[in-house]
Amino acid sequence: MGKKLTPEQENYKDFSKKREPKRPVFKNCIKAFIVGGLICVLGQFFQTIYIKYFGFTEKTAASPTSATLIIISVLLTGLGVYDKIAQWAGAGTAVPITGFANTMASAAIEHRSEGYVLGVGGNMFKISGPVIVFGVFSAFIISIIKLVFNLFGG
Amino acid sequence: MVKGKQSFIFDAGVHILSASTVVGPFEGKGPLSDDFDIIHDDIWMNQGSFEKAEKIMLEEAALKTIEKAGIKKEDINLFISGDLLSQIISSNFAARTIGSPYIGIYSACSGSMESLLLAALIMEGNDIPYILTGTSSHNASAEKQFRYPTEYGSQKPPTAQWTVTGAGTCLLTKMFQGPKVVSATIGKIVDMGISDPFNMGSAMAPAAADTIYTHFQDMGITPDYYDIIATGDLGNVGHKICKDLLKDKGLEMPEHIFTDCGILIYGDNQKVQAGGSGCACSAVVTFGHFLNRMKRNEISKILIVATGALHSPLSYQQKESIPGIAHGVSIEM
Repeated sequence: MGKKLTPEQENYKDFSKKREPKRPVFKNCIKAFIVGGLICVLGQFFQTIYIKYFGFTEKTAASPTSATLIIISVLLTGLGVYDKIAQWAGAGTAVPITGFANTMASAAIEHRSEGYVLGVGGNMFKISGPVIVFGVFSAFIISIIKLVFNLFGG
Repeated sequence: MVKGKQSFIFDAGVHILSASTVVGPFEGKGPLSDDFDIIHDDIWMNQGSFEKAEKIMLEEAALKTIEKAGIKKEDINLFISGDLLSQIISSNFAARTIGSPYIGIYSACSGSMESLLLAALIMEGNDIPYILTGTSSHNASAEKQFRYPTEYGSQKPPTAQWTVTGAGTCLLTKMFQGPKVVSATIGKIVDMGISDPFNMGSAMAPAAADTIYTHFQDMGITPDYYDIIATGDLGNVGHKICKDLLKDKGLEMPEHIFTDCGILIYGDNQKVQAGGSGCACSAVVTFGHFLNRMKRNEISKILIVATGALHSPLSYQQKESIPGIAHGVSIEM
């Protein structure tokens, strides 16, 4: 997939790799687990509140729960705090819906200087675009597979 | 006068009449804060965009240097400048304010030394009284252009570097005494196949090693000739790699002499992963910190080897590697 490297370049790659600090993968996994888990606990907390005090059912509570998490992410992004948490948490903040909200909010804020239409509107999906494209596409494929499966008496 | 393969000695006597530096708040909290002329409170600098803020810094640095020299901006005969943004927009707008003949250059983070050596070369063979050179960079505008929106929560790896928000300019003249621009080595592109924009140190280190080695071959001197040899922005990772690459070539770089502007500009308490980067990194550390040390007679001979990563935001998406370059300029008291 990448460029073909000459033997000299391959040597350099090994040379430099030995001298580079590695990503602390294990530590990052633990941190991601903790923060990702905590965000899910928070989501569960809101869902319970919506069911108990606002008359939602388990099915209908999904929307306000997601919305609440999104609002919190956007607020933290706007306040300049989200990226600092994310540097520590890594995948923990990126994987839940909070990550998606952050991609859109951060891109929108960044491109305000270019106007609302071309700037904010045109760039808001810059990072989240791939998520939407591949999410919808894979849902489509799975649906086709399910359809075919059912058609043949699955 | 040409010396060796890639170097020049400026016999005619090119001097730095004045220089000034402008930085953002983060740099102002670093260990070199006393050496900067203007420290801004926030990265917006009362402007509507980061790009405009960067332009303001470069303008301020240019006008301050002109003021320190006791001349007017109308006296500037030539302005040579570059920066990281597309179409070097900060330099273009600063040049509009200064109003002098203008040469825009692009060599990424090695812009400070490329503009300085070009100015010295032009001044060497011509009767041009004043040439102003400079560069700028801004953390947010660079992140916006080359990587992700500033508030985006991606986790930067330990090899990533922090683009310095700042601008540094200097005024060259033949007419007065002061720090002398003695020699320069123009770098070649060296591309060792590194394609990760979060690992610039590794990408640029071979170019730095190549230019440094060539400089000492061309000039016929050894590293201990200088009090300080500083690379522009290799950071912790690249600097170590460069040192080892030079060792393999038979050139030992003494610990107390060989350093890096990206390592010096931020303190250990400032979380910048591998160190500072950006055009302003080498510019503000050289024109602020090192020149001040020379004026205080703490050091008298320095070699600054500014390093640049000459990729584009598109090239690495297209699976191209990052070509590196390094330009060296020596300054003596």
